[in-house]
Amino acid sequence: MTPREEGIENTLLQAIADGRKCLVPYITGGFEGYLEAISAAAEAGANAIEIGIPFSDPVMDGPTIQAANDMVLSDGITPLQIINEIASLDVDIPLAVMTYYNVVYRFGLERFASNLSEAGISGIILPDLPLIEASSWKSAANTKNREAILLAAPTTTQEHLKKICDETRGFVYAVGLLGITGARKELAESAKIIASRCKEMTEKPVLVGVGIGTPDQAVKVSKVSDGCIVGSAIVQKLLDGGGPEAVGKLVSEFRLALDND
Amino acid sequence: MAMTEPINNGRFGNFGGMFVPETLIPACQELEKAFKEAWGSEEFRNELSTLLKDYAGRPSPITECERISDELGYKVLLKREDLNHTGSHKINNVLGQALLAKSMGKTRLVAETGAGQHGVATATAAALFGMDCVVYMGEVDIERQKLNVFRMRLLGAEVRPALSGSRTLKDAINEAMRDWVATVEESHYCLGSVMGPHPYPWMVREFHRVIGLEAYSQCQDILGADPDVVTACVGGGSNALGIFSGFVETDAELIGVEPAGGAAVARGIPGVVHGSLSYLLQDEWGQVLEAESISAGLDYPGIGPEHAHLAETGRARYEKVNDKEVVEAFQLLSRTEGIIPALEPAHALAWMSREREYLSGKTVLLNLSGRGDKDATQMMEVLG
Ligand SMILES: Cc1ncc(COP(=O)(O)O)c(C=O)c1O
Repeated sequence: MTPREEGIENTLLQAIADGRKCLVPYITGGFEGYLEAISAAAEAGANAIEIGIPFSDPVMDGPTIQAANDMVLSDGITPLQIINEIASLDVDIPLAVMTYYNVVYRFGLERFASNLSEAGISGIILPDLPLIEASSWKSAANTKNREAILLAAPTTTQEHLKKICDETRGFVYAVGLLGITGARKELAESAKIIASRCKEMTEKPVLVGVGIGTPDQAVKVSKVSDGCIVGSAIVQKLLDGGGPEAVGKLVSEFRLALDND
Repeated sequence: MAMTEPINNGRFGNFGGMFVPETLIPACQELEKAFKEAWGSEEFRNELSTLLKDYAGRPSPITECERISDELGYKVLLKREDLNHTGSHKINNVLGQALLAKSMGKTRLVAETGAGQHGVATATAAALFGMDCVVYMGEVDIERQKLNVFRMRLLGAEVRPALSGSRTLKDAINEAMRDWVATVEESHYCLGSVMGPHPYPWMVREFHRVIGLEAYSQCQDILGADPDVVTACVGGGSNALGIFSGFVETDAELIGVEPAGGAAVARGIPGVVHGSLSYLLQDEWGQVLEAESISAGLDYPGIGPEHAHLAETGRARYEKVNDKEVVEAFQLLSRTEGIIPALEPAHALAWMSREREYLSGKTVLLNLSGRGDKDATQMMEVLG
């Protein structure tokens, strides 16, 4: 099996076993040059990639990802188009999509899971679908052997965190701060705390996302976590017109920093 | 059928739920618990009743309207929520939530607003309780509801423009939720209608139940009977559920009226946005569509989940009217009764005016949810 077929959890666990930290860049699906940007990020050493499927009302996203989102939506690009384009993409690391629940709900839960499966997309992250509402989606995803990645927040209670860690697949998406996506000047105190709370509960990979915008922040948080997700900093490169090249360059800076630490 | 407490994480039949980021789950659960306790406590109830009476001016009267009854050919009663302090029904909910937030130790209120009535009510409660207040309002609405923007600022609230998407109510809600995600420890999200994640649809309805309770006994006094039809405009649906709650167990027909450009029930498909599953204007990919209405307060592509349930079970019926009919109704009530309605309840009146034949011989109770001062500038342009 290739890593893309192997899935996210197995691939990340292998990297961790090899003594490496996991780097998962986020790229807005449908944005001009995004397919090339995914390839560039993979080449630059990403362990997996999270691809955003734009939604009209992204309540967990800050200005950067919203801006990229709006550009894609105003071009009339549909979720199915993005999934089909990813299907034809030749990269050999596992992929996840990130979108909001209504996109999946409208598509049909079973149908969405099966389209992901056909497109070679292993994981899916739905930030507005908390565990207590996730059972239908989780069983649809499981049926097609897709990895429904759950989020854990700094406010999550200990008891509930245990359930999230038990039921997530792929990895635990530990939200690093109280707030929405967007690069911040400093690493939030809460990032390491949530990472260590998750690590105490599970053997699954624990990755911190939201508010990780520099290689230095990535290194700091990954001292506790198994790695991190980098979103807005990367999308900003696309918005600035840097294209796949700038994305590749930034991902390799993160890679280098994580590997040298 | 009764309007009871929703079960199973906030379900009204097939609708409702708690679809929020994991960050907000503890806050929603805490709020549910705090509300349940408060609503069962005589002390809280008394405190709220006193505020509603001495500060907001409740009970609001019912006016029997002779001249418009003559004009329409059937008996018209108005429940006068326009006479409440701040000029609409919104104050009922806001005083309840602010009191609850204070008891939970929150120091800051965050709200969204469309027409500005909920924003003004929230700013008012924040001033009364000495809390900080931030109100998100779509840039388009800031322009068409200037008077209310000024009032909110005068009351000490910060009004922040929502610049994304359609720049109306739906986007103001997105911004308010983003704010809440970042400030959940000190902030209470004072949601303005019977929508959002559990417990909001239930809690907001309970805070507006006072409208229905009063109206029911007032109707007994005036008519010695139930009205045949009870009608209200529906944006998210809070004023409608308030008055419906008093009559859901009678034989009265319940009619919610939506703007044609935002008719979530008539044109909607089940979907999840802003925390709950309900009818929603959306495209075939689940992207939420922008509603379009002359009234900022009804410019919303969704509807509260309990309305979706009432529609699905057939206990309430939902109708739509266009902007032109609304403008006519706005003028009609002004001329015949000396009451300038807000554009929102003018929707329900527009339906009443159109359905003269169907309503002939009946008694119709309209929830006049707010007064029209806020709409004067906009209507000056429309009417020339
Ligand atoms: C006077 C008035 N009525 C009705 C509404 C609509 O809200 P709801 O449907 O929750 O009653 C508004 C909202 O701004 C309003 O100001």
